[in-house]
Amino acid sequence: MTLLAVERIKLFSTRSPWLCVLLALGLTVGFAGLLSLNAPADYLTVSATQAGYQFGLMVMMVMAALAITTEYRFGTIRATFQAVPNRTAALLAKTVLVTVLAGLIGEIAAFGSWGVATVLQPDVDLALHTEQQWRNVAGVGLVFAFGAVASVGVGLLIRHSAGALSVLLLFPMLVEELVQLIPRVGNDIHDWMPFVNAERFLTGNPADGSAVSDGMSAMPAPPLSPWGSMAYFAAATIAVLVAGLVVANRRDA
Amino acid sequence: MIEAVGLTKHYGRTVAVDNLSFTVKPGRVTGFLGPNGAGKSTTMRMILGLDRPTAGQVLIDGTPYRDLRRPLTTVGALLDAKWVHPNRSARAHLRWLAKSNRLPERRVAEVLDQVGLTKVAGRRAGGFSLGMAQRLGIAAALLGDPKVLLFDEPVNGLDPEGILWIRQFMQGLAAEGRTVLVSSHLLSEMALTAQDLVVIGRGRLIAQSSTAEFVERATENTVRVRSPQLDRLRVLIEQRGHAVREDDGALVVAEATSEQIGEIAGAAGVVLHELSPQRGSLEQAFMQLTGDSVEYRTELGNGLNEIVAGTDQRLVSAGR
Repeated sequence: MTLLAVERIKLFSTRSPWLCVLLALGLTVGFAGLLSLNAPADYLTVSATQAGYQFGLMVMMVMAALAITTEYRFGTIRATFQAVPNRTAALLAKTVLVTVLAGLIGEIAAFGSWGVATVLQPDVDLALHTEQQWRNVAGVGLVFAFGAVASVGVGLLIRHSAGALSVLLLFPMLVEELVQLIPRVGNDIHDWMPFVNAERFLTGNPADGSAVSDGMSAMPAPPLSPWGSMAYFAAATIAVLVAGLVVANRRDA
Repeated sequence: MIEAVGLTKHYGRTVAVDNLSFTVKPGRVTGFLGPNGAGKSTTMRMILGLDRPTAGQVLIDGTPYRDLRRPLTTVGALLDAKWVHPNRSARAHLRWLAKSNRLPERRVAEVLDQVGLTKVAGRRAGGFSLGMAQRLGIAAALLGDPKVLLFDEPVNGLDPEGILWIRQFMQGLAAEGRTVLVSSHLLSEMALTAQDLVVIGRGRLIAQSSTAEFVERATENTVRVRSPQLDRLRVLIEQRGHAVREDDGALVVAEATSEQIGEIAGAAGVVLHELSPQRGSLEQAFMQLTGDSVEYRTELGNGLNEIVAGTDQRLVSAGR
């Protein structure tokens, strides 16, 4: 608890986390607002209101990564380890704090987006009837939370803000999509990419995890169920974090 | 009390610290002296458990740093005044440090007051001058009221007022019975601040002794004397068994005091125009002991005395 309080003081005594929180909410909810105003009524579904979650996710991942890389950048990591020689405890406290914060912001962003759409298009039925619709909205917080876990891990491994952010932004947006271009095995690899699985958790069909067709052509069923996909995404992010913790304990601060 | 035993640190093929053993006693300011790159900062980071030694260990009152509970109450350290988030206020910086070791919130105000930063405590630390940043670092070191204090080059880049303040501050801390280890690459500064010295060069221990003893051994006492009857005086002095050397119309007498030479001259009725005791330059002596010189590398194993003996002539000529 003490260490959580320490990390809370550290995180909120600088400005960038506040800006990141505002930006994450503004981008996600703002996008949902624009979409509901411009989309044809029959296109607007519960799933569509969450289309902007990736913007907020990216910003919260940036915040989580900066929470650790700025400590290396300004040397405060040494002050941290000097005050708390148990590095794993200090770094886990930081991870828990940014994870909870990211999860919270994810929920606010998701229900905010859904709420904005409901208010702007009162005639469209956007009520959450099914398990899948609930998961699509309420699950965003979980994805944000584990996105933050991965970010702290990458931040610990790379230590430089620019490098860590490049990896965190380029990996989900480019690498995971581009692997599909590899002949023969590309699609199989794509199936096991972490953020692909996060997306499948949110939008997957409860029966077999395949994307619910919003009028789009049906895809072959993915290897994991929605919750299986979530477990896989969480495990992948935790693996990155553990690697980061091991390296931080071994390296000179 | 700090005890280093066989401390060694390799970075790849570079040996930064090489089998270094020393002790730092409480109640005194101990200077940690060595040229830039001698391994002082690396050693201090190893004392704090930030860098992992390749071999050997450091104990603080018998315990390795990483095993200390609430370490800020045992060891306070200022290694680099810039290790502060520039957009965080001085007070917030101290608040999280205090919280991490379960120190009462009032300690923050107390140490801010102690270093004279109370008025600027709400300002972002990135806007601090070097002197203010240094004071903030000292405040952080004092937060847990520790028995052991480490300072790495605390007077670097400070103005004379700041240097004097830090010097007196460290002496005050030692007078309260604390263990104070302060590193520097300036022997002249340490001669004024420290009672004990641990001297290292290229990561190895060169000497551990009291400052007075080190200065005594590292420099040589000579007397410079000028007189219109120089030749007569020279004979008189040499009869007493002193080594004499001529230097620009004056005599330089080795291993002698001005009293001895004055009495020799007085007894013989020799007129003197100058009689001045000389001390070898501390810096020169220090360079010879720690510098990257041939003598250093070949004679290191023979101990301090021989190194000093081998540099006598240079010391004499360096005397002002």
